[in-house]
Amino acid sequence: MQQALFALSTIIIGVFGCVAYFYFSNLLLDRMCPAKGPNAGRNINRANAIRPWLFVFPALAILSIYLLYPVFSTAYLSLHDSGGDFIGVGNYTWLAQDEKFRESLVNNLMWLLVVPAASTFFGLVAAGLTDRIKWGQLAQSLVFMPMAISFVGAAVIWKFIYDYRGDNQGEQIGLLNALVQAFGGDPQAWITLPFWNNFFLMAILIWIQTGFAMVILSAALKGISEETIEAAYLDGASPLQVFFKIKIPQIWGTIAVVWTTITVTVLKVFDIVFAMTNGQWGTQVLANLMYDWMFRGSPDFGRGSAIVVVIMLLVTPVMVWNIYNAHKESR
Amino acid sequence: MDMAGGKSRLTWAVNLFAALLVLLWIIPTVGLLISSFRDRDAISTSGWWTALSASEKNVIERALAPDQAKPEGDLWVLEGHVLEGQGVTVTAFGITSKEPVAFTPGDTATHARGHKITVRADGRYRIEYAEEPSESRGQRLFVRAETPPGFTLDNYREVLFAEGMGRSLLNTLTVTIPATIIPVLVAAFAAYALAWMEMPGRALLVAAVVGLLVVPLQVAFIPLLKLHIGIGLGKGYLGIWLAHTGFGLPLAVFLLRNYMVGLPGEIIESARVDGATDFQIFRRIILPLSFPALASFAIFQFLWVWNDLLVAKVFLGTGEDQVVMTGRIVDLLGSRGGDWEILAASAFVSIAVPILVFFSLQRYLVRGVLAGSVKGAAV
Repeated sequence: MQQALFALSTIIIGVFGCVAYFYFSNLLLDRMCPAKGPNAGRNINRANAIRPWLFVFPALAILSIYLLYPVFSTAYLSLHDSGGDFIGVGNYTWLAQDEKFRESLVNNLMWLLVVPAASTFFGLVAAGLTDRIKWGQLAQSLVFMPMAISFVGAAVIWKFIYDYRGDNQGEQIGLLNALVQAFGGDPQAWITLPFWNNFFLMAILIWIQTGFAMVILSAALKGISEETIEAAYLDGASPLQVFFKIKIPQIWGTIAVVWTTITVTVLKVFDIVFAMTNGQWGTQVLANLMYDWMFRGSPDFGRGSAIVVVIMLLVTPVMVWNIYNAHKESR
Repeated sequence: MDMAGGKSRLTWAVNLFAALLVLLWIIPTVGLLISSFRDRDAISTSGWWTALSASEKNVIERALAPDQAKPEGDLWVLEGHVLEGQGVTVTAFGITSKEPVAFTPGDTATHARGHKITVRADGRYRIEYAEEPSESRGQRLFVRAETPPGFTLDNYREVLFAEGMGRSLLNTLTVTIPATIIPVLVAAFAAYALAWMEMPGRALLVAAVVGLLVVPLQVAFIPLLKLHIGIGLGKGYLGIWLAHTGFGLPLAVFLLRNYMVGLPGEIIESARVDGATDFQIFRRIILPLSFPALASFAIFQFLWVWNDLLVAKVFLGTGEDQVVMTGRIVDLLGSRGGDWEILAASAFVSIAVPILVFFSLQRYLVRGVLAGSVKGAAV
């Protein structure tokens, strides 16, 4: 109860604080540069030059402190050891030789190859299918729904599917093992199965991201001009040919966008691995490794920062591409 | 005719594949949802897909002691009830461990000692002795019974009140609401300035925002945690609100600016000509017109903050008054890994609100997804 009141009052203070800042800073500017009197013209110009900065200041300040400064600070920290002494590229040479880091990097690359490809593929299939049926809207909602579920919730959902009972522990209650058994196979402890367990974790993210891909690709498919499709049908193309040879080539741009967006998500994947295996059994990924170095018994912020810099570098090409495209579009 | 036939076959195939895909996508969630309503024993002994069919169990029960038999005509009769009050149906019974299901309900089994035993489907039994029995050990009855499917809310009661999910729900709300409202407000002003006000370096600022869109959060943890501790903020709600605001701002500014740029310029110009200040234009014209974009981002941010685990783990403490639901579930996964009734119910307590938001406000969410990626980076 007390906490609810605390939360409520901070919401009110926070929101009113924001509004008050914008309102009073504007008022102050109007007072300082009145659009009247002998200097009216100069005052108006001055006010017009200052006002935009009043509007963007809070956003700029928060972005600088919470995203921009950390980028540089992390890079700086990555050149220091756990005691804060400068060690140059010491953390990076350590990274290059660390077994766990190599495992994480390889796993991250595997995630990077599989998840965007599979999500985009399933998203495309889902978009193509739901576009053509009467209950398409409903179908899309249901496929899209995992987007609303937290990674942790999804981890619980899938851990239940992968559940494994040993020989004398009774019936298999995990769906996957029950299915395997029904088809005559032997139940497995999927999550600890070396190498393949990575793919069982990836399935979770694919399950979540497919809806995202579907929504965007479906909109792109709807945007294709009817004429090209009509023309293809008139020339005797089959619906499948139309899909693969007419529709898909026209939405390559959107497919690329979906792919890169999911790529960025994959690079940052943490919750799923943390909740499912915490990096055991050969499933470690960079984000979880970084968390591990940050919060283990004796944390090493230098090594943690070095891992973050690696993640950052992996994301950079996407960032450059995004800025380039946004810039191109705004012209 | 042939083409029409081919077309309808294709329609069938499309419907079928769509149905399969949808099924594949919802089964995982449905499985856990059903499990969250089943009781502990049911979950651990049978798959959730059997939840709707009756489950069978084999029980051994001892009948009443023979010396309690009452005379009836020239017989001594013992009457009682197996599995009393459990609402079960007996499907078979027996009187020896060698043949525990030899008889169907209503049949009469004759014991080697001569007494006759009948068990009926509803569980009532009747044992007839030719002479007055004197033993005090009751006859063993082997019974196979069907239990009707049962669902319970006990799991939810337990996680909410005994496992601390109730408290965590409150913590999650405390994090989520301010962390959703503050960035919307801050971003709206900035987006307006970046869209409609003359300022030097505007293009550069916009490019910077686009660049910050993909900066991995991990970058911020160590420096900010140091900063928060350095300025005495420590681990707590104020810190996490600011952090979530910072992490949400690039998308917010980006989405809102893109939307506001598309608003008709004539309205804004004519308002300026009429002497409206920028503050008035923002409040009276821009905000109401931008509602769809504001809603899109607010929903995004809400879902993101509600579902977040990492930021909460870094910026909040581990005390009872600061553990959010996702954190609590991860703890439960560790400490009660096999107790699926607890895990399933906990997961659904945390999933329920986002799902509700999702289904009621899906329109805005879809719009946001489209604006966030297609407009921003489309080729």
